[in-house]
Order: sequence, then structure tokens, then C-alpha cells
Amino acid sequence: MTDGTPGTVNRVRYRSRLHQTESERKAETHPLTWRLKDTGERVDLADYEAKNGYTVVKTALNGQSPDDVIESLKTANLRGRGGAGFSAGLKWSLTLRGEGYPRGYLVCNADEMEPGTFKDRLLMEQQPHLLIEGMILGAYANNSKLGYIFLRGEYIEAAQSIQQALEEARQAGWLGDNIAGSGFDFDIVLHTGAGRYICGEETALINSLEGKRANPRAKPPFPGQSGAWGKPTVVNNVETLCNVPAILEHGADWYLNLSGDRSSDGGTKLFGVSGRAEKNGLWELPMGTTGAEILDRAGGIRNGAKLKAWLPGGGSTGLLLPEHLDLPLDFDSIGNAGSRLGTGLLTVVTEEQSIVGLLRNLEEFFARESCGWCTPCRDGLPWSVKLLRALEKGEGEEGDIEILEMLARDLGPGKTFCAHAPGAAMPLESALTFFREEFEAGVGRKKGPAGVETVPLGEV
Amino acid sequence: MSEQADKTLATDGFELHPDDRAAIQAELGHFEQPQAACIEALKIVQRRHGWVPDAAIPAIARELGVGPAAVEGVATFYSLIFRQPVGRHVILVCDSSSCYLTDYEMLRDALFDHLGIQYGQTTPDNRFTLLPVCCLGACDSGPAMMIDDDTYGPVAPKDLAELLEGYS
Amino acid sequence: MATIFVDGHPYEVDEQDNLLQACLSKGLDLPYFCWHPAMGSVGACRQCAVIQYQDEHDTEGTLTMACMTPAADQTRISIENAQAKEFRGEVIEWLMINHPHDCPVCEEGGHCHLQDMTVMTGHDRRRYRFRKRTHRNQDLGPFIAHEMNRCITCYRCVRFYNDYAGGEDLGAFGANDNVYFGRYEDGTLESPFSGNLTEVCPTGVFTDQTHSEQYTRKWDLMFAPSICHQCAVGCNTSPGERYGSIRRIENRYNGSVNRYFLCDRGRFGYGYVNRADRPLVPRWRESRSTDPVDLSVDAALDRAGDLLRQSRRIIGIGSPRASLESNHQLRLLVGAENFSTGIARAEWDCVRLMETLNRECGLTTPTLRQVEDHDAVFVLGEDLIESAARVGLSVRQAVLGLQFDLAGERGIPEWNAEAVKTLGQDAGHPLYTAYPTRTGLDGIATGHWSLAPDDIARFGFAVAHALDPKAPEVPDLDDAMREAAERIGQALLDAHNPLVVSGGSLQSTAILEAAGSVAHALAKREGEGSLLLVRREANTTGLGLMGGHTLEWALETLHHNDADAVVILENDLYQRLPAEPIDTALNMANAVVVLDHQATRTLDRADLAFPAASFAEGDGTLVSLEGRAQRFYQVYDPAYQRPQTRIHESWRWLHAIRNNELRHPVADINLDAATEACAMAHPSLSPLQQIAPDSDYRVDGMRYSRAPHRYSGRTAMRANLNVSEPRPEQDTDTPFAFSMEGYYGHDRPRRDVPFAWAPGWNSPQAWNKFTDEVGGHLSGGDPGVRLIEPSGHLHRYSPNIPAPFQVREGQWQLCILPRLFGGEETSSRAEPIQVRSAEPCVRLHPDDLATLSTIEGDRIALQQGELTVEMRVEPDDGLPHGVVALPAGLETSLVHGDWVRLTTKEGTV
Repeated sequence: MTDGTPGTVNRVRYRSRLHQTESERKAETHPLTWRLKDTGERVDLADYEAKNGYTVVKTALNGQSPDDVIESLKTANLRGRGGAGFSAGLKWSLTLRGEGYPRGYLVCNADEMEPGTFKDRLLMEQQPHLLIEGMILGAYANNSKLGYIFLRGEYIEAAQSIQQALEEARQAGWLGDNIAGSGFDFDIVLHTGAGRYICGEETALINSLEGKRANPRAKPPFPGQSGAWGKPTVVNNVETLCNVPAILEHGADWYLNLSGDRSSDGGTKLFGVSGRAEKNGLWELPMGTTGAEILDRAGGIRNGAKLKAWLPGGGSTGLLLPEHLDLPLDFDSIGNAGSRLGTGLLTVVTEEQSIVGLLRNLEEFFARESCGWCTPCRDGLPWSVKLLRALEKGEGEEGDIEILEMLARDLGPGKTFCAHAPGAAMPLESALTFFREEFEAGVGRKKGPAGVETVPLGEV
Repeated sequence: MSEQADKTLATDGFELHPDDRAAIQAELGHFEQPQAACIEALKIVQRRHGWVPDAAIPAIARELGVGPAAVEGVATFYSLIFRQPVGRHVILVCDSSSCYLTDYEMLRDALFDHLGIQYGQTTPDNRFTLLPVCCLGACDSGPAMMIDDDTYGPVAPKDLAELLEGYS
Repeated sequence: MATIFVDGHPYEVDEQDNLLQACLSKGLDLPYFCWHPAMGSVGACRQCAVIQYQDEHDTEGTLTMACMTPAADQTRISIENAQAKEFRGEVIEWLMINHPHDCPVCEEGGHCHLQDMTVMTGHDRRRYRFRKRTHRNQDLGPFIAHEMNRCITCYRCVRFYNDYAGGEDLGAFGANDNVYFGRYEDGTLESPFSGNLTEVCPTGVFTDQTHSEQYTRKWDLMFAPSICHQCAVGCNTSPGERYGSIRRIENRYNGSVNRYFLCDRGRFGYGYVNRADRPLVPRWRESRSTDPVDLSVDAALDRAGDLLRQSRRIIGIGSPRASLESNHQLRLLVGAENFSTGIARAEWDCVRLMETLNRECGLTTPTLRQVEDHDAVFVLGEDLIESAARVGLSVRQAVLGLQFDLAGERGIPEWNAEAVKTLGQDAGHPLYTAYPTRTGLDGIATGHWSLAPDDIARFGFAVAHALDPKAPEVPDLDDAMREAAERIGQALLDAHNPLVVSGGSLQSTAILEAAGSVAHALAKREGEGSLLLVRREANTTGLGLMGGHTLEWALETLHHNDADAVVILENDLYQRLPAEPIDTALNMANAVVVLDHQATRTLDRADLAFPAASFAEGDGTLVSLEGRAQRFYQVYDPAYQRPQTRIHESWRWLHAIRNNELRHPVADINLDAATEACAMAHPSLSPLQQIAPDSDYRVDGMRYSRAPHRYSGRTAMRANLNVSEPRPEQDTDTPFAFSMEGYYGHDRPRRDVPFAWAPGWNSPQAWNKFTDEVGGHLSGGDPGVRLIEPSGHLHRYSPNIPAPFQVREGQWQLCILPRLFGGEETSSRAEPIQVRSAEPCVRLHPDDLATLSTIEGDRIALQQGELTVEMRVEPDDGLPHGVVALPAGLETSLVHGDWVRLTTKEGTV
């Protein structure tokens, strides 16, 4: 398809990149990325096995009970890297297993669509075997009979890479019957999606996997009780699962200590920067690394501009100010600051950029990606978009900001069916708190008495 | 296939291509229930025709043994299932926050200008269809876009002409 | 039971409920949309938000959706909390963003749940100032109008249509604030339960199109508690009248029968009441070659008296679509020995046998509601969706009941609808069907067998033998059938509460005997079980209890000149038997007196015709297939708007005719007396007097009102006739008033409720105010009294096992199969039902079609005796070889079960 103009095409073709060289990445300190090649080429089965790959499958499946595996995860305090930060070990311990329960499913959430998030792509494109290994271990712990990798349809390269790896793993006996002589059977199916951000919500993802409209499900029952086709089902993010082999190989304490005294959350995390930083990209760093350090690695803001605000981990996290850069980036610290760690990929906003415009863009995204199930999300978010568009154009009316405040409050946690609308409300609420004057500047007219002034329909 | 031919297909009855039927049947083996193969079946039909014609909906429903409304419900939910004819190449422009903060709107406007169409439209020569898409996960290289299976970023307006030339 | 605290007050509630259900059951007003008592909770609309407190010390609380929270003991919530109220107001404001400001022109206005909830939340100022999104509407066929702009996206429509009723052509499309509920393409909604969308939809997206064309606000309609006359199920309905015509029929809640749902024949089949060709005055024909002339009432009664007095012997032909009272008055007029039920012999044999089985086989007949509680179902010789659709819907719920069981094992409450569905997947209790072709329930059936009627009977006997070796063995049974019978037998034995369903649709006593044997075998074992037998018409069961001769007897008696006069009650004989014997018999009679509310072919033959009341203009009692005697009440007085009409209940006419004949002084009879006479005469009908309050019953000195208290225009509605407003007709038959005056409340125990209304509740959701608990029974007890209960276990295994069905060369056995639309006499006269009825055609197995060198769509001649009928033919690979299927109601001259020759119509092949 791309014949004829190799120059530009190659220059702008997107490649996932990690800004750390092999010399910096060690097995002892970079469990997620130490096997990656500086060239960005895919780590195939031979490369992976040559660097200790799949050894834990052998030892864990033959030497540890599923409960041992879960205990290790709990001790390591591995928290969900998809953004919610729920303890992976605790989640696994709640899966129904044993007599009277059917073997269920382990689903890898590879539907990376959170605005500002580009980490799982790297892992899947360049090192799919780590994910497969993590899934085998997860399946063992949860007694899953089959795994699904739910991959967003646009990740073409990741799909090819995973498909190839699945075949390699099957050939090598890492998938299929009697894995590593343990008597444990497990295989993985790659499922590619057809769009829609909401598929990243674990229960919506299950509905989508079942070939249905991706409306989330009510919890309880949790997927571990009744998930895909009513069977016990575990859904974990790519990065979460990629952490499992190293935890089992080196032990929970080792993992916990990777973050040192920076954080009570264990291990490392793929952190990154996007927006107008000098050098956007990804780094594997200990949990609790500060935003300042990451922004420093990214070379600061482009062209020496000033940072105005930043999103700590995707579009559904609350805006933070430059003064928050010194906080350790972990789930609790960022949570205590009124935001969420989310996916841990920073989006930077510079001094000259409009917060109202950014919020308009974010709310357009969330409104469009609402599944349409519950009222506040379906009908409240489009209203916020229209108000923000009006304010952005200076066509806001008195009272608009108060409506936005109401929406930010009443689209919050517990009020909607799932976390989608609360994710949209959080940046809005923080923006109204920190940058209210920018919104006020958009109020261009008084509230017109009904019937006297024509309603300004415009394009909204 | 020409747009005209596809429009005819949409109204004059529709039969699944034998290869597509086989592919759909193969998908069924991956899941507990036939409905689960619905999204993949739609994608299979879309790969052949570029989009999913109206008459394909009951045909897929029959193949899966589910109701037509269930298939249409899925077909209209997912943004990457096209229920209207598209051009030979589909351009997906990431409009999410990181790209927005790295001049996505300039790229979008340049595409509008260059192609002479807006979102949701197809160029008169049936070459390109332009659509916005959720964050493409190429945030470190915004503004990003996809043309068919290829992801690009950062794309400056000046790159567009040469980039699009590769897709005839 | 659990104690919950709502705004500080303790309430005893069922801990199996969610908080919304619990609050509503206690009479508290808490707004909601997506929850439905029959469909559970999904948490989509967020309207029922309350504040929940952790304990008595918690003063903050958290916002909780009542519908998704169990009513656990010691739960503390507040409905009145300011934050909760504000949030509920917000929800309405969001829903109103795209909802049009069209209440004044919207057909839902005045019985709209969205209106009610909007008022309840207090939201009354619109802050949204931008464009509304709009949708294109679809043509959904003759029953349902579609206006998607009004949609508030509660998902109730698809949950009812697909999950509850098993439809596949209605869906939710699109996403975000652009969700669209409709068919996957324009076209008639396929589900026979589509009409319930009009009540399930909380606003005006799906409205009754038959009502649109003659629209009247709910508050301007006059209602009566009625019983559907379109089949034998006995669903309770609430017909609404204005200006002398029925404008719509809505569901009337009966906690033992139909609860919240009706079938489309019952809801949309009322159009025959409004037909312009109805007989409105008595008519007399001097001789059979002259045209009839109108008569006054007195003259007509005199003529009738003369005719009958001059007759040697009078035959009375009753009707299974007329009330017990009318049939009884006819029987009084002609004498029991001269009374025919009007039911043809083949059907009558089945009717009698069904009653015997109900009494003696050892299993009870379940109420419609109880049908849903069975855990295995065996349907022998019925396609319930066609012959008793509402029973089919309940059988579907019985099958799906397994999902509740599975959910229960995981601690998932029944009301958590999506979770139950997820865990249940396609699991269901076993359902087996045997019928000449596919049935409407096959989609959820564990097994279906397409068999000729005799083979269906043999199959049933084989199942009985599998259940109990003492039951006679079926000779010459092939291995596959034996194996299948054993499988079914095992499933029925494994069940706690199996249900056997059969009926008279195939007019086969052998099938009924077989079903009886299965029931008998099940009754011998420990545990519960039921037998449900489908009758054809609204009062077939009642006629069975009353007894009488067959229709053939009546015709033969006239034919042989053993009688010279006949009085025919609400019965078009030509719908029941071939024309020839009817014509002969009526030609022989010196006097033919017909009472009917329809201009039937039989009415055309009358020397003297009386305009009878339909269900809308008269009162009476019907006995449903459950054996439940239920009162239907007159909706309106036809003479109020059309003073020239002389329509009366047949029982009233017949009483007057009898008085005239006997030269008694003219004295009216009222319903109490008519019912009492009937109850006294027939021991099995003696409980009739208990089924409804007497006509002098009053609530605090008041009658019950038939119309809502906002009924408008009464002083003007008759101004075209006379500017003086007459006094409304005084109802001498019932405690209901033909006006808005009277008691319409819900705070006294209610049983016969004309329309559901409660303060703040104008929509059908108001029924929840009339029940003892939401989804429970009416506060005054559910209407109706059951007349047929098992009287010991007397039934013996029938030895009458038919021989296997044998395909005949060049001949086919004719099976006339019931059909929902077009298969019933009166509803077929309603235009929307005619539109919905399938094109006339016969069906054959494709291989049989091939032997005739015929293809789909060709015309084919059916020859039975002297008679030849021509019809289009279609293949049906659900049929067995050697059987030709004809939908009921198309060609009444052909005899079901007889053999026909088929010839390809010349020149069409």
C-alpha cells in the first residue's frame, strides 16, 4: 500500500519506543522491559527463552499451588495497571474455583484506548511472550480453561506479533494440553475488537467478547463469580499480567522492594509522557517515581514553554498542577491529591494551551464513547460538551459553569452505572477547581429571559 | 468492488461468500455461544465488501443462528464496523487529548482541505473515507492517524500530500 | 422478612426484593423507569436513587440505586433526602434533554409514566438550551406506531420483546446519546406480544396504532373491567370507550392470570365492536324471499313470542363465545332437552373429555401465573403461541425459570435481570413439543417432534408408558420414538413440578387421552404437577359445564323436522360445519331467530334477528380454560350516543322473549338474577354468585366509577343530538356507574378495577397501587372463581391407542391448525388483525410438493368429498409426509382430520 514515497512514509510511520537502552535495563530492576531490544525488533520465542523465558511456568505449575501464586501476588502488592489499581492478588483470590464450579476464562484486557496511553502496545508488539507467560500463570492461579487476549482492532502490529507468538508457544508446548508436564491445560485465543473505548471496562469487555453490545454489567456479581458466559472470569490488563512472571521468579519481596521507599505499591511501571514535551516516550521506572523525574527524562516542555497542568494517567484522571510534580506517582499518593494514577502516562499541558479547549476535547471523547446505557453518562456528557463548546467560543451564559459543576458532581462515582462517566467528571471537576477563571472568561452573555432572545443554536 | 455494485448488493439480496461462511464457522469454535462470533463475522464481511451492507445483517444472523436485531445492534454499536459504503482507503484520525494538545486540529483541517470532505464522508473518487478515532495509542507521536492498517505520527500538514499519495 | 428503615420509619419487607420493589410494595412513591416488576432491575436509568446509610449513626450516607440494592434487614435509606431528590430531578432533566415538548400532541399524554415521574421529581424548568437530536421513525405494521424522538433509552422495550417474549426483530442500535430502538429494518413487528410495548414503554415511543386512528385521552375514556373474548385463556382487559366506540384495550392486572401482559389478538382484535355493519335494531323478514325490515323492540318481542308459540318444538343453539347467562337464558327458553351448545361433535367430544381429565386425572389445572413455576413442560398437540398465546408466553417463563435457580445457587437475586441472564445463558427447564409442524415455542424447546395427529397421541401414550410400565405399551413404536419417549419420561420424573399441556386444537380425543395418561402417571408419583388443557373459545369451558347437545344434533333434529323453530345465540354456524347441512336445517325450520352482535352469514338467514351486545355493551360471565369463572362488565351504553340502537345483552333479550312467549307481564331481569338463575340450575356453576359484587354493592354509599374523575366534555358530547344533557344510564346490573362519579381509589381492597389510576400515577404502572405487593395479587383478591378442581384420582389409563399414521397414495390428511391472527371468528373481523393475518395458503412437506410437481406459490385444489377448494401452496419442511396443513379460519367447509385429494391447478404449473 505504501509504495512510491518511502521518505515521508518511513519518517512518520509510528513506532513504539522505550527511552532506555539495554545497558540500563537489567533483569533485577526492569522486569517488564529487560529483554527488549534497542532496535525495537520483536523478541521471539528463541530470544525470550534464551533470557529465562517461560522458566517460571515450569517451576510454578509443577511446584506451586494456585493459592501460592495468588499469595505471592498479594504480598507483592501488584496493583492493576489498567488504571484502577485494584490488587491483582486479591482479585484472583475472589475467583470461584474448585468443586462445583466450572473452569472459566482468563481475559487479557489489551483494549488500550485511554487518551494519552500507549504502554501496552509496546509490550505486545515487542515482547508478546512475556504476556503469554503471565497469562499461563494467571490461568493456573484462577483455574481458567481458556484465555482471550482482547486486543483493540487498530493494533495491527500487535495482533501479528501476538498471533505469531501464540503459534510459537503452542509449538513449544507452552500452550495446549499438559503444559510443561504439569497436567494443566490452557490455550489462548486472540480476539480483536471493532472500536469503542468502553470495551476497556472489564464487564463491557466481557459483553463484547460475547459478541454483544459493550454495555457494562452490574457488579455484583463480579466476573470472578459470573463472567464470560456466566463462568468465573478474570480480566487483567496487559502490563499487570506482564509483571506476574518476574514476581514468581524473584519473589514478592524482591518485587515489593523494586519501588524502595518511594511507594508502598510494589514493582515498576511503564511511565511515559505525551503532549508538548521535548522527548515524549516510555520508561520503565519504579513505582513512586515522581512526575518531576519523568518530565526531566522527557527533557521538559518543548521550546522552553511552561507547564500549566498535567494529567497523571490518561484522560479520565484529574488535572494536577506543576506543584504536584514532586508527588510520588503511585495509586495512593495521586489519589490523595484528588486525582488518580490511572495508567501512569503523563499528559502535559503548557501555559498557552486552553484548559476549556482541552476539557471540551476530553468530554467530546467521553460523550462519544459512552455506551448509552445509563442516563447521566448518555445524556449528561453531551450536555457538558455543548456547554464547553459555547464557553470556548465565548458564547457561554451565566449559569453554565454551575451546570458544569453539577454535571461534574452528579456524573461522579456511584451515581452512574460504571466508571466511564466518573472518568469524564474527574478532569472536569479538577479543571473547574483549578482553572475556573478560564471558564468564566467564556461567559459572554447574560441568561436571556425565555422567549425574548433567540436561543443561540449555532452548531451546537 | 464499486460503490454502485455494493449499493445494489445492499438492496437486491445478499449471500455470504463461501469463504466468508467458512471463516465465520471457524470463528464459532473459539466461543461458547455463536453470538460471540458476531463481531468477527461482521469484520469478515467488511473485509470483503469494505463495509457491511444492510442485507448482510440477516445473512450473518442466519449463519450464526441468532436474531437479526442482535446482529444489527452489534453492527451499529462498534465504531469500526461501517454500515455505509466507505472509500478504498479509510483514514482514522486520532482526536484524543494528547493529539489535541499536539495540534491535531491543524492536521484535521488540513485533511478536510486536502480531501475536500468532512468526517464521515468519502471523496468523490471513492478513494478516501475520513473518520475520527479514539486515542490510537501513539500519544508520544501526536498528532497521529491511521490509513488502512498503517499508523503514522506525528503527521504535519505538510506531510499529508506525500503520505496520501501512497494510497491509490 | 426484613425490617428496613425509610426516612426513619420501619417497614417489614421481603428480603428477596430490591429496595425499589420493597418501597413500592409499601405504597411509597419512588420514581423509576428501567425497572419493571415482571422484568427485574438493570440499573440503567438511575432514577430510583436514594441515600443509603451504613447504620443509625451515619448521617452522610451515599447515593444508591434502590433497584440494584437488596432489601436486606436493617437497611436504612432516605427517599426524602435533599441530595437524593436533587439527583432524581437531575435524571429527569437529562432525560428531557432530547425528549420533545410534545405532550399536548403525544398519544401517551395523560397516561405517561415519564410525565408522572417528571411531576413526582418536581423538575419543571429546562436549562438545556441546545439542539435536540432527532430520529427517523419506522413503519412497524398495523399494531404499533413508532415515535423514537420520545425515547428516554430505558431499554425496557428490548428487554420485554427479546428477553421476556423471545422476539428477535427488535433491537437497540447505535451507541452514546444516539441509541435507537426499532426493527433491524422497517416492517411489521413479528412478536405476537408486540402490543405490550405500548405499556412497557414508559413514554410515547411505541403507541397503539389502532387507538391513534380514533384517539382519546385516557382521562376521557370510560372503562370497565372486562375479560378478553378472543380465546379461552381469560385474560383480564380494560377496554376504553368514547362516543360509543371502543378506542383501545389495555391490560388489566390479575395477579393469578395475565398479570402485566396480553397477546396482540386480545389487545388489537376489538375492532369488530366498532364495525359499521353491526346489527343495531331488531329485524324481521316476512318471507325468505323478502328483504328484512327494522322493528321496534315491542314488535320484535311480539313477533318472537308469536313465532315460538306457533312452533311445535324449538331448538336452541348456544355459543361458546357468549356468556353463561345468555346460554342459560336460551336453555330456559327452549328447555334443557332442546338445547345445543352450538359446538360441533368432534370438538364437543374433546371438551367433555377435557373436563373429565381435569377432574379425574389427579393433576390440577395451574393458573396462568402458576404455569411459570413449572420445571418441565410437555406440550402434546398444541401450538400454544397460535391457540392460547398468553399461555405460550407463560410457558416460556417456566422454561427460563431455570436461570433463576442457577442464579440463586450463586447468590444472585432474581431481580438482577442481566446477571441472571448472564449466568443462565441459554439454560432452560426442559420443554418438549409434539405437533404436526413447528411451533412458536420450538426456539426454547429441548425437543420438538413433527407428527401426524394419531402419531402425536401414540407418542403421548409412549411417554405415559415410560413413566409407568402399567400404562399400556404402544404397539409398533419405532426405536427413535421409544427412545425419545423415555427421555421425556425421565425429564418429567426428574422435575419437581412438571406440566402437561394439551388441548382440543387437533380435535383428537386420542391425543387428550394420551395427555391424560401422562398426567395420570405423573399423579401417581410423589410431588407436584399440573395438567393444562387448551379450549378454543372464551366460554368453551363454561358450555362444557352447562352441557347440551352437539351442533350436529340440532341440525339433524331440524333436518328431520323433529323441530320447526330454532333460536341461535351469538354463533355463526358456518364457522363450525360445512354449509350444506346448515342450509338444509335452516331451510327446514319455520322460524329462525338469531341473536348476534355481528352480521354473520347465520344472521343473514334469520327470520327474526336481535342485536346482541358484544362484550363492550353487556355484562356476563365466562369460564376460562383454567376453569376460572370471570365477570366481564359493560363498558358503555350504546344508546347514549346512538339513541336509535336497540342493543342488549342476549340474556336480556332471551328473558324478554321467554316472558312474551309465556305471556308473562314484561319485567326486566338484571344481571344478578340472570347469574343466580344460571348458578341455581347448574350445580357446577353454583359459585358464580360469589365472583362479583351484587349490583347494589356500594363503597361508602358510592358506586364505582367507570371513568376517571377528570373525564371531560360530558355536557357537550351529545350536543349534536340534544343540548340538554341526559342523565347517564343507570346501571341496574352492576355497582359501576356510567360516569366519573363514584369511587375510583385504591385505598380500599379492590378486585374489579375498570382502569388503573392513583394520585400521581396516570400510567399503567398505577396497577402497582392496587396490589398487595408489587407483582402480587390484587388487594381485594384476584378476580374469578375456579370451578373445576380434581375430584379424587379416578382416571384409568386409556387403552385406545390409535394405529400408526399411514401415508396414503394421492391423499393427504387435512390438519386445520389454529392461528393467532385470522383463526378466530370475531377478531378476524377487526381490520388490523386482517392486515396482520398471513395470506391464505396451504402447506405441504417439500417432498410432497415435489410429488405433485408443484412449487411454492402455485395454486392447488383440495378436494374433500364433493367439495373442491383452491388455494396457494407453500412448502413447510416442519410437516410430516402425508399431511396437508391449512390455517384455521380460511375455509370452514373443509373438515379437519379427513383426507383430501390434491391436484395441481391446471395451467399454473
